[in-house]
Amino acid sequence: MTGTLSVDVRRLFPGGAGVRASLDEPLAAGGVLVLFGPSGSGKTTLLRAVAGLDRPDAGSIAFGGETWFDAAAGIHVPAQLRRAGFLFQEFALFPHLTVGGNVAFGLGHLRRDERGGRVKETARLLRVEHLLGRRTAGLSGGERQRVALARALAPRPRLLLLDEPLSALDGPTREELRGELRALLHHLGIPSILVTHDRVEALALGDRMAVLVDGVVRQVGPVDRVFSAPVDDVVARVVGTENVVPVRVAGVEDGLVVAEAGAVRLLALDPGRLPADAFACVRAEEVILERAPGAATSARNHLAGVVASLVHEGPLVRVTVDCGIRLVALVTRSGAEQLGLAVGLPVAALVKAQAVRLVPRG
Amino acid sequence: MDVEALRLSFELAALTTIALLVIGLPVAAWLASSRWRWKPMVEAVVALPLVLPPTVLGFYLLVAMGPMSPFGRAWISIFGRPLAFSFEGLLLASIVYSLPFAVQPFAAALSAVDPRLVEASHTLGVSRLATFFRVSLPIAAPGVIAGAVLTFAHTLGEFGVVLMVGGNIRGETRTLSIAIFDAVEQLDYATASRTALFLLAVSFTVLVVTYSLRRRPVLG
Repeated sequence: MTGTLSVDVRRLFPGGAGVRASLDEPLAAGGVLVLFGPSGSGKTTLLRAVAGLDRPDAGSIAFGGETWFDAAAGIHVPAQLRRAGFLFQEFALFPHLTVGGNVAFGLGHLRRDERGGRVKETARLLRVEHLLGRRTAGLSGGERQRVALARALAPRPRLLLLDEPLSALDGPTREELRGELRALLHHLGIPSILVTHDRVEALALGDRMAVLVDGVVRQVGPVDRVFSAPVDDVVARVVGTENVVPVRVAGVEDGLVVAEAGAVRLLALDPGRLPADAFACVRAEEVILERAPGAATSARNHLAGVVASLVHEGPLVRVTVDCGIRLVALVTRSGAEQLGLAVGLPVAALVKAQAVRLVPRG
Repeated sequence: MDVEALRLSFELAALTTIALLVIGLPVAAWLASSRWRWKPMVEAVVALPLVLPPTVLGFYLLVAMGPMSPFGRAWISIFGRPLAFSFEGLLLASIVYSLPFAVQPFAAALSAVDPRLVEASHTLGVSRLATFFRVSLPIAAPGVIAGAVLTFAHTLGEFGVVLMVGGNIRGETRTLSIAIFDAVEQLDYATASRTALFLLAVSFTVLVVTYSLRRRPVLG
C-alpha cells in the first residue's frame, strides 16, 4: 500500500508557540519517513494531527488522495476511520486486558473465527504468541513494544505512525530492538512515519527524513543526504552530525572495522553485529585539517583532498573537503588563517577511528 | 425495628443508585473530558447538594413538585396523583440530593484513566461510545463501584430532604431515618437505638468496602 501524504497545517498553542508545517511526501510501501527534530519542535503534534488525535487550527491533511482534514471545508475524518495504526511512546497497552485481548482489540469488525486467526497470525509475526494469555503488567519493555505493534498492526492499517518507539526502552534493549524494528517496518508493506529526536534512530530506521525546527519543516530528503547536506545552519545545528557516508563493511583489521565508501577506506571502532551496509558518521568538529602531507599522527584516517568550499560562521569556519567523499570540517577562524585555507587548496583531513561512528542499515 | 421502613429505605437507596449510574456516568464522563468554558457552572450545580442545607433543597423540590408548579401539575395530569409526599417524589428528590455523591467519584475515576488508552482505542477504529464501555469504564470500575456504594449509603441515611418532600407516610415515604426521629419523639429509645445501631453498622461497612476498593490496583 502506498500513497502521498500531503500535510499543510497550523496549530497554535497558548503562549505563542505553534506548528506551521507543510509536507508533500510520496510514501512507499515498507518505506519509513522520519520526522526529526529537537523536543518541542512540533513533530509529535504533526504525527497526532495525521492520526486524527488532534485537530489543527487551520490547513489540510490528505493521504492517498483521501482528504482527512480540511479546516476550510469543515472536514475532519475521525481517527477511527483513518485506518492509521499508532504506536504510543509508552505503548499504552490496555491494563485490564490480556495480551491477546490487546491484540484483538481493533478486530471487532471481524467474525469470531477470523478474529482468532488474525490474532495468531499477527502474534506470530511479532513473536508474542507465547504471551497471548498473559496480563500486560508483567511484560518487559521489549515485549510491551512488540505487543503494542501487534495491536496496531492486527487491523491491517494503511499507514503506521510511531511516536518515539524506542525511547521508553533501556539502552541494551533499545540497541537490540532497533534492528528488529527496521526489518519489521520494511517487511510490512505499508508506509510508516516515525518521530524521533535521536540521530542514530533516524539513520538506522529512516529512508527519508523531514527536519522540524520550531514547528516548521525545514528540509525533507533521503536520511543520509539531510545529515550530510543540511540546507541551512539551523538544520545543520539540529542534525548535528554533518558527515554521514554510506559505506560497505569490508572487514576487520587490528580490531578496527574497515568501511569502504568507493575508493575511500575508513577505519572505525567495531560497534558489534555489523551488517554489510552501514552509515559512517563523523561530526564536523572531529575532523582535523592539515597541509598535506603531514608528519605521523595518532589519527587512523588520513584523507587527502582539496578544499571545496569555505563558509564563515562567527568564530568558526565550515570547510568542505573533497577527498573522494565530501567531508565537512568545523575549524576555528585562526586555524583556517594559519593554514591559509582557500578553495582548491590541497589538504589532508584527519579523523580518529573513535570519531567514526558506524550505524547499521538493515 | 420498623421493617416496612427498612424495606422502603433499601428500595429507595437501590433505585436511586441505579438511576444515578444511568444519569451520573454520562455527566461524569462529560465532566472528565470536557474543556468547555462554562464547565465550572455545571460542576457547581452538581456539587450544590453538598453544601446546601437539606431543608433548602427540600423546600425547592417540594415547591417544584407541588400542584402550584407547572411540573407538579403536569405530573398530576399524567399520573393522576401528586408527586409531593409520594415514593416517586422521594425518589426524584434522592436522585438530586445524592447527585454529587455519585458524579464526583465517577468523574475522579474517569479522569484518572490515561487519555492515551482512550486514544489508542480510537486509532484502532473503536467508536467513542464503545471505547467508554471497553476501556474507560472497566479501568475506572473501582471508583465507579465506590461511588455507587457511597450513593447507596448516603440515600439510606438521608433525613432532611426526605422529611421536607416525603413527610412521614408509613409504607410510602417513611424511611429508616424518619423512623428513628419518630421513635425518639415518642420517647421509644429502645427502637431508636436499634435502628440507629443498624444504620451505623451499614454505614461503617460501606466505608470499609469503599476504602478497600480505592486501594486495590486497577489490574484486576
